[in-house]
Amino acid sequence: MTLAQQGDRRPVRWLSWFVSDDPPGRIPLNIFMLAILLVLAFAPFLFPGTKALGVSARICIFVILVASYDLMLGYTGIVSFAHTMFFGIGAYGVAIMLAKGWVGWGAVVLGATAGAAVAAVIAALIGMLSLRLRAIFFSMITLAIASFAQIVAEQWRNLTGGEDGLTFSVPAILRPSFHLFAKPVLGITVNGPVITYYIAFAVALILFLIMLRVVNSPLGLVLRAIRENEFRVEAMGYQVVAYRTLVCVLSAVMAALAGALMALVLRYNGPDVTLSFSLMIDILLMVVIGGMGSLYGAVIGSIVVVLAEYYLQNVLASISAAIVGMPVMSALFHPDRWLLWLGIIFVLIVTFLPQGIFGRLRSRR
Amino acid sequence: MKGSWRDLLRRWAPYALTPLIILVALPAIGAGPWLTLTVAGLTMGIMLFLVASGLTLIFGLMDVLNFAHAAFVTVGAYVTVTVLRPLVGWTTQTSLMLNLLALLVALIAAAVASGALGFVFERLIIRQVYGAPLRQILITIGALTVIEQLVIVIWGPEALVLPKPASLRGSVFIGSSPIETYRLAALAVGLAVALAMHLFLRRTRLGLVVRAGVENREMVQALGYHIRRVFIGVFMAGTALAGMGGMMWGQYQETVNSQIGDSMTILVFIILIIGGLGSVGGCFIGAILVGLTTNYVGFLAPKLALGSNILLMAAILLWQPRGLFPMAEH
Repeated sequence: MTLAQQGDRRPVRWLSWFVSDDPPGRIPLNIFMLAILLVLAFAPFLFPGTKALGVSARICIFVILVASYDLMLGYTGIVSFAHTMFFGIGAYGVAIMLAKGWVGWGAVVLGATAGAAVAAVIAALIGMLSLRLRAIFFSMITLAIASFAQIVAEQWRNLTGGEDGLTFSVPAILRPSFHLFAKPVLGITVNGPVITYYIAFAVALILFLIMLRVVNSPLGLVLRAIRENEFRVEAMGYQVVAYRTLVCVLSAVMAALAGALMALVLRYNGPDVTLSFSLMIDILLMVVIGGMGSLYGAVIGSIVVVLAEYYLQNVLASISAAIVGMPVMSALFHPDRWLLWLGIIFVLIVTFLPQGIFGRLRSRR
Repeated sequence: MKGSWRDLLRRWAPYALTPLIILVALPAIGAGPWLTLTVAGLTMGIMLFLVASGLTLIFGLMDVLNFAHAAFVTVGAYVTVTVLRPLVGWTTQTSLMLNLLALLVALIAAAVASGALGFVFERLIIRQVYGAPLRQILITIGALTVIEQLVIVIWGPEALVLPKPASLRGSVFIGSSPIETYRLAALAVGLAVALAMHLFLRRTRLGLVVRAGVENREMVQALGYHIRRVFIGVFMAGTALAGMGGMMWGQYQETVNSQIGDSMTILVFIILIIGGLGSVGGCFIGAILVGLTTNYVGFLAPKLALGSNILLMAAILLWQPRGLFPMAEH
């Protein structure tokens, strides 16, 4: 029994409308996801400190990035390696606007919009040119194009700052020196970074709900049908290429907006931060670990992988301190080898748990 | 008459592309550097061919695109460093025979190590994902990360030096064009391997089975061949070729780091797309094209060098959406 069917319990029905009648699952799982939402909503107060705030903001941004990637991978069955390119385009949109000396909200909005528009056009072109071919072609071509984008960002020094990237000032309200209230609230000074966090959180929540609406619309149904049996959908009269291109464009716009937020949070943008292939691997890890084909999986995946990135190193450091004498073992548990362990977990999940953590939780009887 | 001309043109245009580029480059660059660059391009192409041919064979036969193929390049390069370390007595002498012997030992070691790893890899990873393209991409990307990290665990995170043998340093002059000696040696070795592969595929019974398997797997199976065993054999051969490519590339660069395979991945994919997935002949032409383009453009417009191959790929795809030599089934 889904939430929608539980009679006329008003608040529940209202909540159900809010998530497009696609709640995470049964009651315990719903409560669990709601708890995650609340923790994220009060993160600056629950986990004080600059590092914790950075981690929480990163989680919010990655939720959009990963959920939009899941629109393609999990819902439509397209593997793209150009998602970081769109992320980077959004980030560079804001970064270039602000770095060229125009510091204001107009610059932020214009940069984000321009980034999203450029991303949409490029995604449409790539989609129309290569989505007709086999899925594997699309993956390889996007890989090549993404590396081309990275080269362009590194070489076009006047615009992008080359490999050094761009450092810039954000609007006054978002700076650390700005205090919203004269006194701390609940022991926390509400300064620029906290406000930036709440902007990221709010945008992430809104975009997430929009994507949830999309996948539960008739469009979402067609996308899933394409994933299951492309030929049959084509035979039923749907233009498969058009739908695939549409989802590429949508996903690219979402990624660009996530990139714009990333630039605001970091007050810096460079090729390593938003365009690197290792970031693409991170996204894949998050989608697969969280669970493909359900947007909530993106939330779980982002949280698990971002926390692992920041804190697995500490765990590994304490393990390697404990086994300091053994030569091979201490190399295996070196703090810099966290990607090794994440990679092993990734392979194990693809092998034994293809539906991911969230998929597993949802399908439990 | 007009129609048959057009047919002829269509059939031969893919073959004519490489000589055409070489000829066009001649007046653009000038005869002196042109010869140097052409040899450099051919050498780079042949090294890329070793890596790409393994991948295209695996794809053609088993329908598996192994994104972890680069990892075997890396392993080959690192094994070379390990093997050549105790042989330092052979490589520092100026005797050409001893130098080549040392390189031969390293080449075989790299091929054996990568092939053996390929065997384990097929068993552990690839076997589970036959016929599931999405999971193939994901699991091989994951495995790529794991192998690269394991390489760092074994050989350490710092780049290792791999000096060229004494008699293969420096250049010989043809006319006024300097040509690196190592390039000539690598070109010879690469052509020998390519020729051996060609003879194996065209002149042996097993080669016939492999080619038939690329064309129609079910039919080969129905005729009583154990296709799974052929799969494993081809997978090991493909990864061994990648290891050889890694050995030659690492030796050429004289340093080896854990990214050496990654740096080739994109070029290899471009070659596969240009040549047509699954086609060994197309792969050869694609590799030579990419090698030549990189060197010519690197000379004419250094800033464009990295991106030139991607532009080449885009141009060829606009002309022939399925590559120069598309396979019937793929």
